Amino acid sequence: MIKAILIFNNHGKPRLSKFYEHYSEDTEQQIIRETFHLVSKRDENVCNFLEGGILIGGSDNKLIYRHYATLYFVFCVDSSESELGILDLIQVFVETLDKCFENVCELDLIFHVDKVHNILGEMVMGGMVLETNMNEIITQVDSQNKMEKSEYPVTAQGFIPRASCSKLAGLMLKEPLLSVSYVWPSVIPVTFEQLSSHIYIN
Amino acid sequence: MSDVVEKTLTALPGLLSLDLQTGAGKLSSTSKLGNLIRGITELTSKHDEEKLIKRELAAIKEQVSSPNTTMRQMKEIMVRSIYCEMLGYEADFSYIHAIKLAQQGSVLEKRVGYLAVSLFLNENHELLLLLVNTVLKDLQSTNLIEVCMALTVVSQIFPRDMIPAILPLVEEKLNHPKEIIRRKAVQALHKFYLIAPNQVQHIHSKFRKALCDKDPGVMAASLHIYLQMIKESADSYRDLAGSFVTILKQVVGGKLPVDYNYHSVPAPWVQIQLLRILALLGKDDQSTSELMYDVLDESIRRAEISHNITYAILFECVKTIYTIHPKEELLEKAAKCIGNFVLSPKINLKYLGLKALTYVVQQDANLALQHQMTIIECLDHSDIIIKRETLELLFRITNAQNVTVIVEKMLDFLRLCHEDYAIIDLVAKVAELAEKYPFRTPCPHLTPNNRWFIETMSTIFTVGGELMQPDIPSNFLRLLAEGSDSLEDDRQLRMYAVDSYVSLLQTNPTKLPQRFLQVISWVLGEYSHLVDDLSPCLVIELLVRLLERPDVASDTRSWVMTAVGKLSAGAGVGKLSAGTGAGGGTGEGAGLVQRVAQQHSSSLDTQLRQQALELQLLSQDPELHARVLPRGDAWGSLEVDSSLSFLDGFVSEALASGAAPYKPPHQRQEELRQEKALSLEPYALSLPISLSSCSIADRQSPTLLSISSGLSGNSAELAHRAGSGSLKLEGVKRVWGKDGYLPHQREVPEEPSVPQEDSAPAPPTFPQQSSALTPPSADPSEEDRDKQQLASSLFVGLSSNNSTCLMGKPEAPAPQRFRRKHKNTDSASASSSSDSSHSPHDAANHFLYSSLLEEGPASPIMLTQNSLAPSNRTEANGTHTRGDAPVLPTANGVADVGDREAPPSLTTANEAPSPGVGGHRDPPLLMGGMELVQPCPPPPAPTASTQSSAEGADTPQLPELPPESDHLPPESDHLPPELRNLPHSDMSPLASDQSLSLSCCRVHREDALVLVLQMSNACGAALLDVSVELQCHELKVASLRGNALESLPAQSVRVCWYTLLMEAPHTHVMVTGSVSYREESGPSHTLEISSKLSLADFLRPLVLSTEEYGKLWLSLSQDVKQNLKLLDPDGDPLCSSLSVLKDKLQLHVVDIIGSEGIVACKLLQGAPCLLHCRVHAGALAVWLRSPVPGLPDCLLYHLQRALQER
Repeated sequence: MIKAILIFNNHGKPRLSKFYEHYSEDTEQQIIRETFHLVSKRDENVCNFLEGGILIGGSDNKLIYRHYATLYFVFCVDSSESELGILDLIQVFVETLDKCFENVCELDLIFHVDKVHNILGEMVMGGMVLETNMNEIITQVDSQNKMEKSEYPVTAQGFIPRASCSKLAGLMLKEPLLSVSYVWPSVIPVTFEQLSSHIYIN
Repeated sequence: MSDVVEKTLTALPGLLSLDLQTGAGKLSSTSKLGNLIRGITELTSKHDEEKLIKRELAAIKEQVSSPNTTMRQMKEIMVRSIYCEMLGYEADFSYIHAIKLAQQGSVLEKRVGYLAVSLFLNENHELLLLLVNTVLKDLQSTNLIEVCMALTVVSQIFPRDMIPAILPLVEEKLNHPKEIIRRKAVQALHKFYLIAPNQVQHIHSKFRKALCDKDPGVMAASLHIYLQMIKESADSYRDLAGSFVTILKQVVGGKLPVDYNYHSVPAPWVQIQLLRILALLGKDDQSTSELMYDVLDESIRRAEISHNITYAILFECVKTIYTIHPKEELLEKAAKCIGNFVLSPKINLKYLGLKALTYVVQQDANLALQHQMTIIECLDHSDIIIKRETLELLFRITNAQNVTVIVEKMLDFLRLCHEDYAIIDLVAKVAELAEKYPFRTPCPHLTPNNRWFIETMSTIFTVGGELMQPDIPSNFLRLLAEGSDSLEDDRQLRMYAVDSYVSLLQTNPTKLPQRFLQVISWVLGEYSHLVDDLSPCLVIELLVRLLERPDVASDTRSWVMTAVGKLSAGAGVGKLSAGTGAGGGTGEGAGLVQRVAQQHSSSLDTQLRQQALELQLLSQDPELHARVLPRGDAWGSLEVDSSLSFLDGFVSEALASGAAPYKPPHQRQEELRQEKALSLEPYALSLPISLSSCSIADRQSPTLLSISSGLSGNSAELAHRAGSGSLKLEGVKRVWGKDGYLPHQREVPEEPSVPQEDSAPAPPTFPQQSSALTPPSADPSEEDRDKQQLASSLFVGLSSNNSTCLMGKPEAPAPQRFRRKHKNTDSASASSSSDSSHSPHDAANHFLYSSLLEEGPASPIMLTQNSLAPSNRTEANGTHTRGDAPVLPTANGVADVGDREAPPSLTTANEAPSPGVGGHRDPPLLMGGMELVQPCPPPPAPTASTQSSAEGADTPQLPELPPESDHLPPESDHLPPELRNLPHSDMSPLASDQSLSLSCCRVHREDALVLVLQMSNACGAALLDVSVELQCHELKVASLRGNALESLPAQSVRVCWYTLLMEAPHTHVMVTGSVSYREESGPSHTLEISSKLSLADFLRPLVLSTEEYGKLWLSLSQDVKQNLKLLDPDGDPLCSSLSVLKDKLQLHVVDIIGSEGIVACKLLQGAPCLLHCRVHAGALAVWLRSPVPGLPDCLLYHLQRALQER
């Protein structure tokens, strides 16, 4: 079972946190801090798995993480999940975000926390992986977005606010998580190394 | 990177112009969030951020409470609250508004509302109840998106108690035409299964339908449920193995839509899930495993494209192959896969390879040998996680020959490690290894010895510090204290410990952690006299120096003080006994002790002050000192009187002057709870609770005396509680711990542990051999030679011919380093010599208690007391009280008291003793009288070998079966007489080996479930030191009759029994335990026993009238409704269904009127549960009510089972 999904940036600022088990507010914050502490000091050429800190349950739990540009995506899972499976689930998640937001970057996650949560909700429900088929997820999200357009016709200009704070956030936040030139190939299988060379662009 | 920058720059003008547009106010709502984020990004300190968010929250608060805020604004506010909450600032005022938004908003706003609810609240939050109606409404909505949202929130959080309200609607959704709805419904049911398994019992067939759904997504969702259920009981689902194999075949064969492909691998996550299910199903089951071989083979074959996700599938395949019944061919392939993993340059795969090796190394140690060079490389890997996993692997292959090298590697890692969790974990492992391997081995330089052991432990204590588990130091001390069989070895070890600790204290004691200081002071206090040339004064001085240091914690000080106390004998006054080479320092030592005592006798720390005063007194009185702190091996002679018989006089005096008899805490709580219930409904007084609970108290009290004042005492306590009784109860609790009398636990004899036999260590693997196994590419450079040397020392003893001597699974209790002394023998001789003084208590100890077993809730129970079945209420009550009478004798009571009380008619109707009894000492009339009451056919040959524990009073040795009787006596005969006329199950076999067989029987006593364990010795020789350990976390153990026997003569049978109380309802509880015994001049054996008890064993009929039922019904709060299957639909369905339930679950049918029936039962003497049954539309609509949450659910489960099994 997935215990928690955390996204934070290179400085440890949380961008999304979703806990599938109940922790107190304080503990949740400590877990985020502890996880950032553990993950951020890892080099790039080490494995993507970590033992969870004490708060999240010690060595019974694993942290599985990926680093995309400015963001860390961390899934905290118990021993019943497949490590490599989750690692690819993160990839599916980020690709889905990329499709929904068109070149997703950190700002999108900040301003559309609710939408990101909704996409995540299609993939993972109550700590269980529900859907891994990217097209299906996008169909679901799209149908909801259409509804939004019909409800708020004026503001429905896509995901706007990326612009509204361009001045404040600097370029860093707008760095695409997946490289711009990189289009996920549906035909050519890409090896893991190729992919990671694309990912670690910073 | 440049690419990115360029792209951003080109986009910039467009973005800026957009920004201008939005400035016009169209987006005022989003820009508020923008402002907030802008503000936060610009801040530099945490303090500023806090101020800003506080301000923001205040603004939000004002806005939400304003009546003019529209739902649309509310949506935006919620997003801001979510943001604040994510940063760790509580916005609890917005919770209620989130619920409101979910309730009243349009679809989009509703979505944000639901999202906020699922992020803000947890399952136990009280506000969640307000959401139930909204969910209910949305589930019935025609808008698919609303239904989806409702199902999503249900599968995230939903109050457990409200599940019945929406369950039918969710079930209905399983047939919905849209896949997405079906899928989410399955997921929601999975959630229900996790939090309240009983409530989805009846829809298992629907899970099967979901598994066969034509949409792969729905099927995949149902796999979660199956994985969970199969984890809990694989046996019930073995029939589905074929279906899972077929599904996997289809998935692997690419029969799913291309949509489900991920990197051209068909539905990898589904494959992983299916492989796990197969592993669980095929474990320990050859025929099921055989079904899977083909598909596993195909999975491995197909997973050859080298992408990340195919490795995930391969890894699962390997695990499955090693879990199920082995097949040579597949094992080979799996081993090859593991090799690929381990040798892979990709670090994630290397990690998984090590993990797989760790998993399989117990079955196939050769695999580790093949990869030894890679493993060595991993030990020095730059990634700490890889190192950790390697150490884990080494931990599993440790044996007596390589233990020093492996421990050294672990300690190296520990010294550099800074992660708390890793330290805790590794320290425990090193300690386990250090204690496990005997230090007497042929080649002293490589294998553990005294020095190694003590030094390793010192390093652990230093590194582990305050983090390590507290049982590590105490295990170490116990090991030192109990010692091995060889006195000389013990002496050497202790002396070495003393030496090394003294030098530690002399050099640099400032860095030592508190726990280590405690260990040091204990060892010095206990054993420093063993070292001849060590002056006690020196030791005292070193210890006193510790007392003076400010960084030493107060509990450590008291350890030090105790040690000084022990040492003072040798230093000051011990001239007579010690006579060591420390002659010169004696006077000085006494002075030192005096000074210390003086100095701390006015300490602010009361504990320390008390010890100082004691020390002062002891150092002046050598005789007292010798008695209080005897030197040397005083452990064996320590006797604890667990019955507290020395307090009898005090208790009887107190009782005589009107004190209330003692009651254990759980009973007090129960009574308090009942009292609460009573205060609400006066009519419930008619329940026969108070009277029988009184009898529990009697059996619990340590003395016979309290019986006399049982009733009056109880009323006294009631009156007492009316005032302020709570303080006094606290006082009682201190003497009696949660599990009874505290020191008693210490006295429980250690299980005689099997000494760790080093089964024929194979000749060490030589370096040549290992180099032959390494990859040929290895250069014979200096570095490599080092590695190979390391390899040969690490993997020594791992060759194929002795792979059996590898340590067992790590979960298994580690065998101890020393053979423990059998304390039982000591106490046995002591008890026989002082038999007359405490024989009643001892005799009680000869009886054993233990566990028993049961397949389902409906196994036959002989209802002996027909009158208990409730046709006539008054009569039932009469019988009830009488039925209690035989139960009354206490643990040290005398059985014939109970018998004399038995109705004379029964005694006169006594059968003539059968021939088998002839040789027996026990009075035949004792058994016969009871047998008539028992409706089951009287056993043909009542050999009556055993009686109750009570009889042990005059016959300390249990009577034996005549040796010539080669058949075992009928089982019911072995029930103690006071249990014999109660309803009980058949004796069912529990476990057996060639010499001992165990069976058990459940006796339904009115106030408890009594487990009777029967042990029969089938072999020709007596079995010694039979002892029983029983564990069950969910149940309260009210009393037990003995747990150890000195000997079980040949061909004889003994019983022990065990009274269990259930306080909180559980559908099933597992009772586990073990019986260990020793053959004469043979090794020890242990039989594991475990049995499942069902709630039905703890239910008792509740006899009451329709009026009482009506009143009670209205006062109960917890209710559950459910439709059940109806039996005998053609005849009289209600009556036949109810009578089945009555028989199987011991319910009391209060009344049947037309198509409705009311039924009542209670949980032992505790909570009542009322059932209202109605025949409606071909089903039995049951409505349960109880004051205790959970009881209706649990009972419902058994109702379903009972009706289905018919």
